[in-house]
Amino acid sequence: MNAASIVIAGVGGQGTLLASRIIGGAAIKSGCDVKVSEVHGMSQRGGSVITFVRYGDGKVSSPVIDSGQADAVLAFELLEAYRCVPYVKKAGGRIIANLQKSDPMPVITGAMDFPENIPEKIRGLGIPLDLLDATALAVKSGNSRAVNVVLIGRLAAALSFPKEIWLAVLRETVKPAFLETNVSAFDEGYYYKGK
Amino acid sequence: MKKLLLGNEAIARGAYEAGVTVAAAYPGTPSTEITEYIAAYDEIYAEWSPNEKVALETAFGASLAGARAICAMKHVGLNVAADPLFTASYTGVGGGLAVCVADDPGMHSSQNEQDSRHYAAASKVLMLEPSDSAECRAFTVQAFELSEKFDTPVLLRLTTRVSHSRSLSETGERAAFPNKKYEKNILKNVMMPGMARARHKIVEQRIRDLTEYAETCGLNTVEMNENPPRSRKFASEEAHNNFSPSAGTARKIGVITSGIAYQYAREALGDSVSYLKLGMVYPLPEKKITGFVSSVDICYVIEELDPVIENHCKRLGLNVLGKEAFSDAPGKNPGVQYPSALLGEYTASHIREVVLGEKPEAFSVSEKIPDRPPVMCAGCPHRGAFHVLNQLKLTVTGDIGCYTLGALPPLSAIDASLCMGASIGMAHGMSKADAGLSKKTVAVIGDSTFLHSGITGLMDVVYNRGSSVVMILDNRITGMTGHQDHPGTGRTIKGEPANAVSLEKICEAVGVRRVNVIDPFDIDGLKKLLKQELEADEPSVIITRRPCRLLIKAEQPRFSVSREACKNCGQCMKIGCPAISKQENAAVIDGTLCAGCGLCAGICKFKAIAATEVSV
Repeated sequence: MNAASIVIAGVGGQGTLLASRIIGGAAIKSGCDVKVSEVHGMSQRGGSVITFVRYGDGKVSSPVIDSGQADAVLAFELLEAYRCVPYVKKAGGRIIANLQKSDPMPVITGAMDFPENIPEKIRGLGIPLDLLDATALAVKSGNSRAVNVVLIGRLAAALSFPKEIWLAVLRETVKPAFLETNVSAFDEGYYYKGK
Repeated sequence: MKKLLLGNEAIARGAYEAGVTVAAAYPGTPSTEITEYIAAYDEIYAEWSPNEKVALETAFGASLAGARAICAMKHVGLNVAADPLFTASYTGVGGGLAVCVADDPGMHSSQNEQDSRHYAAASKVLMLEPSDSAECRAFTVQAFELSEKFDTPVLLRLTTRVSHSRSLSETGERAAFPNKKYEKNILKNVMMPGMARARHKIVEQRIRDLTEYAETCGLNTVEMNENPPRSRKFASEEAHNNFSPSAGTARKIGVITSGIAYQYAREALGDSVSYLKLGMVYPLPEKKITGFVSSVDICYVIEELDPVIENHCKRLGLNVLGKEAFSDAPGKNPGVQYPSALLGEYTASHIREVVLGEKPEAFSVSEKIPDRPPVMCAGCPHRGAFHVLNQLKLTVTGDIGCYTLGALPPLSAIDASLCMGASIGMAHGMSKADAGLSKKTVAVIGDSTFLHSGITGLMDVVYNRGSSVVMILDNRITGMTGHQDHPGTGRTIKGEPANAVSLEKICEAVGVRRVNVIDPFDIDGLKKLLKQELEADEPSVIITRRPCRLLIKAEQPRFSVSREACKNCGQCMKIGCPAISKQENAAVIDGTLCAGCGLCAGICKFKAIAATEVSV
């Protein structure tokens, strides 16, 4: 019951699975029990993808996070952040979201509109929202594909694991050739001061 | 040291440690990675078989030869493999034989929600159900021991949340398992009526032996918690009161559960209740369950999908609360005729609410948020084929794969889809029922699906003088499950070169005289060809051949829309490309998503779309 619960939300193909493995890896290195729930198959084809990471000092039972149970939602895209609002724990839950917007098919076909003023609506519910342009920060770091690592850096700043643990996991996870740019992407998120 | 293993990876690890030497499977979410992880072990021969039936027969053959063998499939795959399974139950095994079957409650990636536990009972085959990765590994090792001890195949039942969750597991060394010596034994291995009658007796005795084993084995564990339950306000007070003579006072709650439902129950209820966790879900123990139920005041059965354990309890005359208690409307909504707990996944919150009366608290959003259903990727070759089918307004019988997405708007070009290979039989049947439909009905099937179970359908069309048009969408891979090789790709699961089966030659050999191959992005050519073939009074196969976009690593051009030339007609929106959206006065292509296929440029009547740059 006391496990930390993190929801990672994005669009199929954005690298949410890798993010969940890095977060899970950091928790293991810190001596926690960990469960990660992934989604494979049809949902990965450009659909909403939600991954769960749960960890704690005691035994973690369920790999799944229910509504109202997430300590943090890490969203790779703004509409997915909005969709995940029901997951946020009423007492103390937060959302970290990338500013990027990606139109889903009902918006592309004109059947529905992309909801307006999503950040204001999320904050209006009283949910702390940490918003960053992770795409731009990834470009700045020299690796435009490291959007997920920027966001992990941002999440890492909000969690209690020491930074060295995150860097150790990055070293084990990414290819040596991309390590340097991934570390700078991580730092872009980790030291992001907001606007 | 413990490792964070995917459930499917832990199954593979268990197979490795048990000394398995042969593995066979056809990919199917959520089971696919079992065989992919196994293939990474050099000590194990692994293969993608053309379908699940062949996979099980191959694994059975390996077992017959004396080796330990494993095969894996998704729940609907077991329908295909049911035939060998039911008789392998009679023959028993040589080396241990494990059959992994992964159910998909909630249908994350499936066409139905069937509960494979019924197959265990129907085929009289022992079934184990792990609840996390550590158990996936341990139960797999044990499956082989039990298979040999009781001379039976063993089913390992998984569900999406077990297969696709990572949790910590020990890993051990590989045990040497020298093949048992093969000996010819027709009384055991040739199932003709005379032999099968004798074997059936053995099967029935085996079930009695296994039931006895289930009473005491370590797979079924009782966890008694004496802690008084927390303050409880029952969700359905009336139902609970009927169950306990001591209504209103502290009651000892018991939970009978298995698989992932155990983890949800543990999450929800912690040490406030007692558990009977069933790791062996067929056959179920009787004395153990009866004893557990009588040791508590109220007993819940917590299981996803069908009330298999619950019905077993009720047959034993035990008072347990099951599906009715977990349905949305127990007694509250008389209009609901079925227990909704038969559908989808359970959650810890729901269990907490039903058992402890604690309402979950959550934020809600009143605004309707647009769904983000899966879509065909930008650059997907299927888009060309479905664009043409949509334009010609044809009746299309579809099949199982990425291309089933062609049913969704705006392509909206599939009328029916059923199961692997069914598109061809459906088209044939429709045209036999209604001659008018036959001139405008097309069956659409992927390359891997055609090889899985489309060939027999095509044979039927030829043999029974049908005239269906069959389109094989040949993208050179098994796409939806994440790029697995198949008999047509020329590579094995281990990446070795293989003999590639030719789709054209199969069609010709079956007796189809009209076989055409075309690029699905040749819109005009495909349109013309389809019209021509629909007019023919004999079977026709059109192979649309272009590799899955995700297989192409070379840089592609990016396309963009000229705002001046764009008349905002919306034609390019009709192909359902995720890279194209409609802004105020013109269509816009997202350069980061554009895959450079150029389909939109070919469709635009105003030549407003053109390649602009090479993507980086």
